[in-house]
Amino acid sequence: MLAHLDPGVFAIVWLSLQVSLTAVFFGTLLGLPLGAWVAVSHFPGRAIFTVILNGMMGMPTVVLGVIVYLILSRSGPLGGLGLLFSPTAMIIAQTLLVTPLIAALTRQIIEDVWRDYATELTAFRYSRWQSMLTLLYDCRFTLVVAVLAGLGRAISEVGAVMIVGGNIVGFTRVMSTAIALETAKGDLPLSIALGLILIALVVGLNAVAYGLRQWSMRKYG
Amino acid sequence: MVDAKIRLTMFPIHLEHLRFTPNGRTVLAGINLDLSGEGISVILGPNGSGKSVLIRMLAGLERPDGGHISWKGNCNPAGQIAIVFQHPMLLRTTVAANVALGLKPLELTRSEIAKRVGEMLDRVGLAHRATDSARLLSGGERQRLTLARAWAVRPRLLLLDEPTAALDPTATEAVEQLVREIRTDGAKVVMTTHNLGQAMRISDDIVFIDAGLVREHTPSARFFSRPQSPEARLFMKGELPWRISFDD
Repeated sequence: MLAHLDPGVFAIVWLSLQVSLTAVFFGTLLGLPLGAWVAVSHFPGRAIFTVILNGMMGMPTVVLGVIVYLILSRSGPLGGLGLLFSPTAMIIAQTLLVTPLIAALTRQIIEDVWRDYATELTAFRYSRWQSMLTLLYDCRFTLVVAVLAGLGRAISEVGAVMIVGGNIVGFTRVMSTAIALETAKGDLPLSIALGLILIALVVGLNAVAYGLRQWSMRKYG
Repeated sequence: MVDAKIRLTMFPIHLEHLRFTPNGRTVLAGINLDLSGEGISVILGPNGSGKSVLIRMLAGLERPDGGHISWKGNCNPAGQIAIVFQHPMLLRTTVAANVALGLKPLELTRSEIAKRVGEMLDRVGLAHRATDSARLLSGGERQRLTLARAWAVRPRLLLLDEPTAALDPTATEAVEQLVREIRTDGAKVVMTTHNLGQAMRISDDIVFIDAGLVREHTPSARFFSRPQSPEARLFMKGELPWRISFDD
Protein backbone atom coordinates (compact mmCIF):
# COMPACT_ATOMS: atom_id res chain seq x y z
CA MET A 1 0.00 0.00 0.00
CA LEU A 2 2.83 2.37 0.88
CA ALA A 3 4.94 1.17 -2.03
CA HIS A 4 2.11 2.03 -4.45
CA LEU A 5 1.72 5.53 -3.00
CA ASP A 6 -2.00 5.09 -2.34
CA PRO A 7 -3.51 8.60 -2.72
CA GLY A 8 -6.09 7.90 -0.02
CA VAL A 9 -3.39 7.13 2.49
CA PHE A 10 -1.37 10.19 1.64
CA ALA A 11 -4.45 12.44 1.84
CA ILE A 12 -4.95 11.20 5.39
CA VAL A 13 -1.29 11.74 6.23
CA TRP A 14 -1.33 15.22 4.72
CA LEU A 15 -4.45 16.26 6.67
CA SER A 16 -2.94 14.85 9.89
CA LEU A 17 0.17 16.93 9.40
CA GLN A 18 -1.83 20.04 8.51
CA VAL A 19 -4.05 19.78 11.58
CA SER A 20 -1.39 18.77 14.08
CA LEU A 21 1.32 21.16 12.87
CA THR A 22 -1.13 24.08 12.86
CA ALA A 23 -2.31 23.16 16.36
CA VAL A 24 1.28 22.90 17.60
CA PHE A 25 2.09 26.24 15.95
CA PHE A 26 -0.69 27.98 17.89
CA GLY A 27 0.05 25.91 20.99
CA THR A 28 3.67 27.06 20.84
CA LEU A 29 2.67 30.70 20.35
CA LEU A 30 0.51 30.49 23.46
CA GLY A 31 2.35 27.92 25.55
CA LEU A 32 5.91 29.26 25.44
CA PRO A 33 5.12 32.77 26.69
CA LEU A 34 2.56 31.45 29.19
CA GLY A 35 5.02 28.97 30.67
CA ALA A 36 7.86 31.51 30.75
CA TRP A 37 5.62 34.12 32.34
CA VAL A 38 4.59 31.74 35.12
CA ALA A 39 8.26 30.79 35.62
CA VAL A 40 9.52 34.34 36.21
CA SER A 41 6.46 35.82 37.92
CA HIS A 42 5.10 35.92 41.42
CA PHE A 43 1.38 36.38 41.78
CA PRO A 44 -1.29 35.21 44.21
CA GLY A 45 -2.34 31.68 43.37
CA ARG A 46 0.79 30.91 41.36
CA ALA A 47 1.22 27.51 43.03
CA ILE A 48 -2.40 26.54 42.34
CA PHE A 49 -2.10 27.74 38.75
CA THR A 50 1.08 25.68 38.31
CA VAL A 51 -0.59 22.56 39.70
CA ILE A 52 -3.57 23.02 37.37
CA LEU A 53 -1.26 23.62 34.41
CA ASN A 54 0.70 20.48 35.20
CA GLY A 55 -2.52 18.55 35.72
CA MET A 56 -3.82 19.60 32.31
CA MET A 57 -0.86 17.84 30.70
CA GLY A 58 -2.75 14.64 31.40
CA MET A 59 -6.15 15.94 30.30
CA PRO A 60 -8.08 13.00 28.72
CA THR A 61 -8.49 13.79 25.05
CA VAL A 62 -12.07 12.56 24.93
CA VAL A 63 -13.05 14.90 27.75
CA LEU A 64 -11.48 17.81 25.92
CA GLY A 65 -13.23 16.64 22.77
CA VAL A 66 -16.59 16.73 24.53
CA ILE A 67 -15.92 20.22 25.90
CA VAL A 68 -15.00 21.56 22.46
CA TYR A 69 -17.98 19.72 20.98
CA LEU A 70 -20.33 21.44 23.43
CA ILE A 71 -18.82 24.83 22.63
CA LEU A 72 -18.97 24.35 18.85
CA SER A 73 -22.26 22.44 18.63
CA ARG A 74 -25.25 24.23 17.22
CA SER A 75 -26.60 25.11 20.69
CA GLY A 76 -23.15 26.02 22.08
CA PRO A 77 -21.71 29.53 22.48
CA LEU A 78 -19.76 29.29 19.20
CA GLY A 79 -22.29 27.12 17.37
CA GLY A 80 -23.11 29.92 14.96
CA LEU A 81 -19.66 29.67 13.42
CA GLY A 82 -20.50 26.25 12.00
CA LEU A 83 -17.10 24.81 12.76
CA LEU A 84 -18.12 21.43 14.16
CA PHE A 85 -16.96 18.45 12.08
CA SER A 86 -14.35 20.50 10.24
CA PRO A 87 -10.53 20.53 10.27
CA THR A 88 -10.73 23.91 12.03
CA ALA A 89 -12.59 22.29 14.94
CA MET A 90 -9.89 19.63 15.08
CA ILE A 91 -7.19 22.32 15.15
CA ILE A 92 -8.99 24.12 17.99
CA ALA A 93 -9.28 20.91 20.00
CA GLN A 94 -5.64 19.97 19.47
CA THR A 95 -4.46 23.51 20.25
CA LEU A 96 -6.29 23.34 23.57
CA LEU A 97 -4.74 19.94 24.13
CA VAL A 98 -1.11 20.87 23.47
CA THR A 99 -1.00 24.40 24.91
CA PRO A 100 -1.02 23.30 28.58
CA LEU A 101 1.55 20.62 27.81
CA ILE A 102 3.93 23.06 26.11
CA ALA A 103 3.31 25.70 28.79
CA ALA A 104 3.91 23.30 31.67
CA LEU A 105 7.15 21.94 30.20
CA THR A 106 8.28 25.49 29.34
CA ARG A 107 7.58 26.65 32.89
CA GLN A 108 9.72 23.88 34.32
CA ILE A 109 12.61 24.48 31.89
CA ILE A 110 12.58 28.28 32.29
CA GLU A 111 12.13 28.16 36.07
CA ASP A 112 15.24 26.00 36.46
CA VAL A 113 17.30 28.46 34.42
CA TRP A 114 15.70 31.51 36.08
CA ARG A 115 17.12 30.38 39.44
CA ASP A 116 20.61 30.85 38.01
CA TYR A 117 19.94 34.00 35.99
CA ALA A 118 17.56 35.97 38.20
CA THR A 119 20.23 37.82 40.15
CA GLU A 120 22.16 39.11 37.15
CA LEU A 121 19.12 39.99 35.07
CA THR A 122 17.66 41.82 38.07
CA ALA A 123 20.97 43.64 38.57
CA PHE A 124 20.83 44.75 34.92
CA ARG A 125 17.31 46.03 35.67
CA TYR A 126 15.58 43.69 33.25
CA SER A 127 11.81 43.81 33.41
CA ARG A 128 9.88 40.55 33.77
CA TRP A 129 9.04 40.74 30.09
CA GLN A 130 12.68 41.25 29.07
CA SER A 131 13.77 38.44 31.40
CA MET A 132 11.14 36.17 29.91
CA LEU A 133 12.26 36.83 26.34
CA THR A 134 15.93 36.44 27.27
CA LEU A 135 15.29 33.09 28.95
CA LEU A 136 13.14 31.83 26.09
CA TYR A 137 15.96 32.65 23.71
CA ASP A 138 18.61 31.09 25.92
CA CYS A 139 16.60 27.87 26.32
CA ARG A 140 15.55 27.71 22.68
CA PHE A 141 17.19 24.36 21.99
CA THR A 142 15.85 22.73 25.14
CA LEU A 143 12.38 24.09 24.44
CA VAL A 144 12.31 22.14 21.19
CA VAL A 145 11.61 19.14 23.42
CA ALA A 146 8.48 20.84 24.79
CA VAL A 147 7.26 21.61 21.27
CA LEU A 148 7.98 18.06 20.12
CA ALA A 149 6.10 16.66 23.09
CA GLY A 150 3.16 18.78 21.98
CA LEU A 151 3.42 17.51 18.42
CA GLY A 152 3.62 13.91 19.62
CA ARG A 153 0.48 14.38 21.71
CA ALA A 154 -1.39 16.12 18.90
CA ILE A 155 -0.59 13.76 16.07
CA SER A 156 -1.24 10.60 18.03
CA GLU A 157 -4.44 11.51 19.88
CA VAL A 158 -7.74 9.99 18.76
CA GLY A 159 -10.49 11.05 21.15
CA ALA A 160 -10.76 14.79 20.58
CA VAL A 161 -10.44 14.77 16.79
CA MET A 162 -12.87 11.88 16.53
CA ILE A 163 -15.52 13.78 18.51
CA VAL A 164 -15.14 17.25 16.96
CA GLY A 165 -14.03 16.12 13.51
CA GLY A 166 -16.40 13.25 13.01
CA ASN A 167 -13.85 11.13 11.12
CA ILE A 168 -15.41 12.04 7.76
CA VAL A 169 -13.59 10.38 4.92
CA GLY A 170 -11.72 12.81 2.68
CA PHE A 171 -12.55 15.71 4.98
CA THR A 172 -11.70 15.16 8.64
CA ARG A 173 -10.15 11.71 8.66
CA VAL A 174 -6.63 11.76 10.09
CA MET A 175 -4.14 8.99 10.75
CA SER A 176 -5.12 8.22 14.33
CA THR A 177 -8.87 8.12 13.66
CA ALA A 178 -8.33 6.15 10.45
CA ILE A 179 -6.26 3.56 12.29
CA ALA A 180 -8.99 3.18 14.93
CA LEU A 181 -11.72 2.84 12.30
CA GLU A 182 -9.89 0.55 9.88
CA THR A 183 -8.83 -1.76 12.70
CA ALA A 184 -12.45 -1.98 13.84
CA LYS A 185 -13.47 -2.76 10.25
CA GLY A 186 -10.76 -5.40 9.98
CA ASP A 187 -8.71 -3.58 7.31
CA LEU A 188 -5.43 -4.30 8.99
CA PRO A 189 -3.12 -3.50 6.03
CA LEU A 190 -4.31 0.12 5.97
CA SER A 191 -4.08 0.36 9.77
CA ILE A 192 -0.56 -1.01 9.72
CA ALA A 193 0.47 1.27 6.84
CA LEU A 194 -0.82 4.34 8.65
CA GLY A 195 0.71 3.16 11.91
CA LEU A 196 4.11 2.79 10.27
CA ILE A 197 3.88 6.28 8.81
CA LEU A 198 2.83 7.69 12.18
CA ILE A 199 5.74 6.03 13.94
CA ALA A 200 8.18 7.12 11.22
CA LEU A 201 7.02 10.72 11.52
CA VAL A 202 7.34 10.81 15.29
CA VAL A 203 10.74 9.09 15.28
CA GLY A 204 11.95 11.31 12.43
CA LEU A 205 10.95 14.49 14.22
CA ASN A 206 12.64 13.32 17.40
CA ALA A 207 15.78 12.49 15.42
CA VAL A 208 15.82 16.02 14.03
CA ALA A 209 15.37 17.43 17.55
CA TYR A 210 18.17 15.24 18.88
CA GLY A 211 20.48 16.36 16.08
CA LEU A 212 19.60 19.99 16.71
CA ARG A 213 20.37 19.61 20.41
CA GLN A 214 23.72 17.94 19.71
CA TRP A 215 24.63 20.67 17.24
CA SER A 216 23.67 23.41 19.69
CA MET A 217 25.73 21.82 22.47
CA ARG A 218 28.79 21.75 20.22
CA LYS A 219 28.25 25.29 18.98
CA TYR A 220 27.07 27.10 22.13
CA GLY A 221 28.14 24.87 25.00
CA MET B 1 33.64 58.97 30.14
CA VAL B 2 31.54 59.11 33.32
CA ASP B 3 29.14 62.02 33.75
CA ALA B 4 30.69 64.42 36.28
CA LYS B 5 27.27 65.44 37.60
CA ILE B 6 26.56 61.87 38.58
CA ARG B 7 29.90 61.68 40.29
CA LEU B 8 29.05 64.75 42.33
CA THR B 9 25.57 63.71 43.33
CA MET B 10 25.98 59.98 44.00
CA PHE B 11 28.83 59.85 46.50
CA PRO B 12 29.60 59.40 49.29
CA ILE B 13 27.49 56.36 49.97
CA HIS B 14 26.48 56.22 53.59
CA LEU B 15 25.62 52.89 55.21
CA GLU B 16 24.07 53.22 58.61
CA HIS B 17 23.34 50.41 61.09
CA LEU B 18 22.79 47.98 58.23
CA ARG B 19 21.40 44.71 59.51
CA PHE B 20 20.55 41.49 57.70
CA THR B 21 19.17 38.56 59.67
CA PRO B 22 17.58 35.97 57.38
CA ASN B 23 15.72 33.28 59.36
CA GLY B 24 17.04 34.77 62.58
CA ARG B 25 20.68 34.23 61.60
CA THR B 26 22.76 37.40 61.85
CA VAL B 27 24.72 38.03 58.66
CA LEU B 28 25.14 41.79 58.99
CA ALA B 29 25.02 42.97 62.58
CA GLY B 30 24.95 46.73 62.07
CA ILE B 31 27.26 47.96 59.33
CA ASN B 32 28.34 51.59 59.48
CA LEU B 33 30.41 52.73 56.54
CA ASP B 34 31.06 55.69 54.24
CA LEU B 35 32.33 55.03 50.73
CA SER B 36 33.82 57.85 48.69
CA GLY B 37 33.48 58.10 44.93
CA GLU B 38 37.13 57.47 44.20
CA GLY B 39 39.42 54.47 43.89
CA ILE B 40 39.10 50.79 44.63
CA SER B 41 37.66 49.82 48.00
CA VAL B 42 38.27 46.20 48.91
CA ILE B 43 35.95 44.54 51.37
CA LEU B 44 38.14 42.03 53.12
CA GLY B 45 37.14 39.38 55.58
CA PRO B 46 36.92 35.68 56.25
CA ASN B 47 34.33 33.39 54.66
CA GLY B 48 30.88 34.04 56.07
CA SER B 49 31.73 37.50 57.35
CA GLY B 50 29.01 39.15 55.25
CA LYS B 51 31.08 40.52 52.33
CA SER B 52 28.91 39.20 49.53
CA VAL B 53 25.66 40.16 51.23
CA LEU B 54 26.98 43.69 51.65
CA ILE B 55 27.85 43.88 47.96
CA ARG B 56 24.41 42.57 47.03
CA MET B 57 22.78 45.18 49.25
CA LEU B 58 24.75 47.93 47.55
CA ALA B 59 23.49 46.55 44.24
CA GLY B 60 19.92 46.58 45.53
CA LEU B 61 19.62 42.81 45.27
CA GLU B 62 18.96 42.31 48.98
CA ARG B 63 16.89 44.41 51.37
CA PRO B 64 18.30 45.11 54.82
CA ASP B 65 16.27 44.12 57.87
CA GLY B 66 17.40 47.29 59.59
CA GLY B 67 19.34 50.45 58.88
CA HIS B 68 19.65 52.06 55.48
CA ILE B 69 21.90 52.99 52.59
CA SER B 70 21.82 56.61 51.52
CA TRP B 71 23.35 58.18 48.45
CA LYS B 72 24.42 61.79 48.39
CA GLY B 73 21.45 64.05 47.72
CA ASN B 74 19.16 61.01 48.03
CA CYS B 75 19.71 60.40 44.33
CA ASN B 76 18.45 57.20 42.77
CA PRO B 77 21.51 55.10 41.89
CA ALA B 78 19.59 52.69 39.64
CA GLY B 79 21.29 52.39 36.29
CA GLN B 80 24.60 53.67 37.67
CA ILE B 81 25.60 50.39 39.30
CA ALA B 82 26.96 47.21 37.73
CA ILE B 83 27.90 43.99 39.47
CA VAL B 84 30.11 41.06 38.54
CA PHE B 85 29.85 37.74 40.34
CA GLN B 86 32.33 34.97 40.98
CA HIS B 87 30.35 32.61 38.73
CA PRO B 88 28.78 34.84 36.09
CA MET B 89 25.80 33.84 34.00
CA LEU B 90 26.54 33.52 30.30
CA LEU B 91 23.86 33.11 27.68
CA ARG B 92 24.06 30.40 25.03
CA THR B 93 25.04 32.84 22.36
CA THR B 94 28.05 34.77 21.14
CA VAL B 95 30.55 36.72 23.19
CA ALA B 96 29.34 39.99 21.63
CA ALA B 97 25.69 39.24 22.42
CA ASN B 98 26.62 38.53 26.02
CA VAL B 99 28.34 41.90 26.32
CA ALA B 100 25.23 43.54 24.86
CA LEU B 101 23.06 41.91 27.54
CA GLY B 102 23.46 44.76 30.01
CA LEU B 103 22.77 47.41 27.37
CA LYS B 104 19.32 46.22 26.34
CA PRO B 105 17.41 47.96 29.15
CA LEU B 106 19.22 51.25 28.41
CA GLU B 107 17.15 52.10 25.34
CA LEU B 108 20.16 52.55 23.07
CA THR B 109 19.99 52.20 19.31
CA ARG B 110 21.37 49.07 17.69
CA SER B 111 24.32 50.96 16.27
CA GLU B 112 25.11 52.46 19.69
CA ILE B 113 24.99 49.01 21.25
CA ALA B 114 27.21 47.54 18.53
CA LYS B 115 29.69 50.38 18.90
CA ARG B 116 29.87 50.05 22.66
CA VAL B 117 30.19 46.26 22.49
CA GLY B 118 33.04 46.51 19.97
CA GLU B 119 34.80 49.10 22.10
CA MET B 120 34.51 46.99 25.24
CA LEU B 121 35.66 43.80 23.55
CA ASP B 122 38.72 45.69 22.31
CA ARG B 123 39.48 46.92 25.79
CA VAL B 124 39.27 43.49 27.41
CA GLY B 125 41.15 41.79 24.57
CA LEU B 126 38.28 39.64 23.33
CA ALA B 127 37.55 41.34 19.99
CA HIS B 128 38.92 38.35 18.11
CA ARG B 129 36.41 36.09 19.88
CA ALA B 130 33.34 38.29 19.38
CA THR B 131 31.47 35.70 17.32
CA ASP B 132 32.50 32.66 19.35
CA SER B 133 30.17 31.06 21.83
CA ALA B 134 30.58 32.63 25.26
CA ARG B 135 30.22 29.29 27.00
CA LEU B 136 33.26 27.91 25.24
CA LEU B 137 35.58 30.55 26.74
CA SER B 138 38.14 29.76 29.42
CA GLY B 139 37.51 30.88 33.00
CA GLY B 140 39.72 33.95 32.64
CA GLU B 141 38.12 34.94 29.33
CA ARG B 142 34.68 34.50 30.83
CA GLN B 143 35.49 36.86 33.65
CA ARG B 144 36.94 39.41 31.22
CA LEU B 145 33.72 39.13 29.23
CA THR B 146 31.60 39.81 32.30
CA LEU B 147 33.80 42.78 33.19
CA ALA B 148 33.27 44.08 29.65
CA ARG B 149 29.52 43.53 30.08
CA ALA B 150 29.50 45.50 33.32
CA TRP B 151 31.85 48.18 31.98
CA ALA B 152 29.70 48.63 28.87
CA VAL B 153 26.84 50.12 30.90
CA ARG B 154 29.32 52.81 32.04
CA PRO B 155 28.57 52.35 35.71
CA ARG B 156 29.43 54.96 38.27
CA LEU B 157 29.79 52.18 40.83
CA LEU B 158 31.18 48.77 39.88
CA LEU B 159 30.68 46.00 42.42
CA LEU B 160 32.83 42.87 42.14
CA ASP B 161 32.02 39.83 44.26
CA GLU B 162 35.21 37.74 44.43
CA PRO B 163 35.70 37.98 40.67
CA THR B 164 38.98 36.06 40.64
CA ALA B 165 38.27 33.38 43.23
CA ALA B 166 38.18 30.63 40.61
CA LEU B 167 40.98 31.91 38.36
CA ASP B 168 44.63 31.02 37.94
CA PRO B 169 47.32 33.69 38.63
CA THR B 170 47.65 34.79 34.99
CA ALA B 171 43.92 35.24 34.54
CA THR B 172 43.73 36.95 37.94
CA GLU B 173 46.40 39.44 36.90
CA ALA B 174 44.50 40.22 33.69
CA VAL B 175 41.29 40.83 35.62
CA GLU B 176 43.08 43.03 38.16
CA GLN B 177 44.56 45.10 35.35
CA LEU B 178 41.10 45.61 33.87
CA VAL B 179 39.73 46.64 37.26
CA ARG B 180 42.45 49.28 37.50
CA GLU B 181 41.53 50.54 34.02
CA ILE B 182 37.88 50.76 35.01
CA ARG B 183 38.89 52.83 38.04
CA THR B 184 41.01 55.07 35.82
CA ASP B 185 37.98 55.42 33.58
CA GLY B 186 36.19 57.12 36.47
CA ALA B 187 34.17 54.38 38.12
CA LYS B 188 34.24 53.71 41.81
CA VAL B 189 35.09 50.03 42.38
CA VAL B 190 34.01 48.07 45.44
CA MET B 191 35.31 44.54 45.48
CA THR B 192 35.17 41.63 47.90
CA THR B 193 37.98 39.17 48.42
CA HIS B 194 39.51 37.06 51.13
CA ASN B 195 42.82 37.05 49.27
CA LEU B 196 45.25 39.28 51.16
CA GLY B 197 47.73 39.44 48.29
CA GLN B 198 45.09 40.64 45.89
CA ALA B 199 43.75 43.17 48.37
CA MET B 200 47.27 44.54 48.82
CA ARG B 201 47.89 44.76 45.06
CA ILE B 202 44.70 46.39 43.98
CA SER B 203 43.07 48.35 46.81
CA ASP B 204 43.16 52.02 47.69
CA ASP B 205 41.33 51.44 50.94
CA ILE B 206 40.32 48.37 52.91
CA VAL B 207 37.02 47.71 54.63
CA PHE B 208 37.67 44.84 56.99
CA ILE B 209 34.53 42.93 57.98
CA ASP B 210 34.17 40.23 60.54
CA ALA B 211 31.01 38.67 61.99
CA GLY B 212 28.84 41.15 60.14
CA LEU B 213 30.54 44.26 61.48
CA VAL B 214 33.05 46.70 59.99
CA ARG B 215 36.08 46.32 62.21
CA GLU B 216 38.30 48.68 60.30
CA HIS B 217 38.17 51.03 57.31
CA THR B 218 41.55 52.48 56.52
CA PRO B 219 43.80 53.31 53.56
CA SER B 220 45.36 50.19 52.15
CA ALA B 221 48.99 50.98 53.02
CA ARG B 222 48.07 51.64 56.61
CA PHE B 223 45.96 48.52 56.91
CA PHE B 224 48.73 46.24 55.74
CA SER B 225 51.46 47.92 57.78
CA ARG B 226 49.55 48.61 61.01
CA PRO B 227 46.10 47.03 61.22
CA GLN B 228 44.19 48.73 64.01
CA SER B 229 41.62 46.16 65.04
CA PRO B 230 42.50 42.93 66.84
CA GLU B 231 40.30 41.01 64.37
CA ALA B 232 42.26 42.37 61.39
CA ARG B 233 45.57 41.53 63.05
CA LEU B 234 44.42 37.97 63.65
CA PHE B 235 43.13 37.68 60.09
CA MET B 236 46.49 38.85 58.75
CA LYS B 237 48.14 36.13 60.80
CA GLY B 238 45.66 33.61 59.41
CA GLU B 239 44.11 32.94 62.80
CA LEU B 240 40.75 34.65 62.72
CA PRO B 241 38.63 32.09 60.89
CA TRP B 242 38.89 29.64 63.80
CA ARG B 243 35.79 30.62 65.67
CA ILE B 244 34.74 27.14 66.78
CA SER B 245 34.51 26.89 70.50
CA PHE B 246 35.64 23.60 72.02
CA ASP B 247 34.65 24.63 75.56
CA ASP B 248 31.29 22.90 75.28
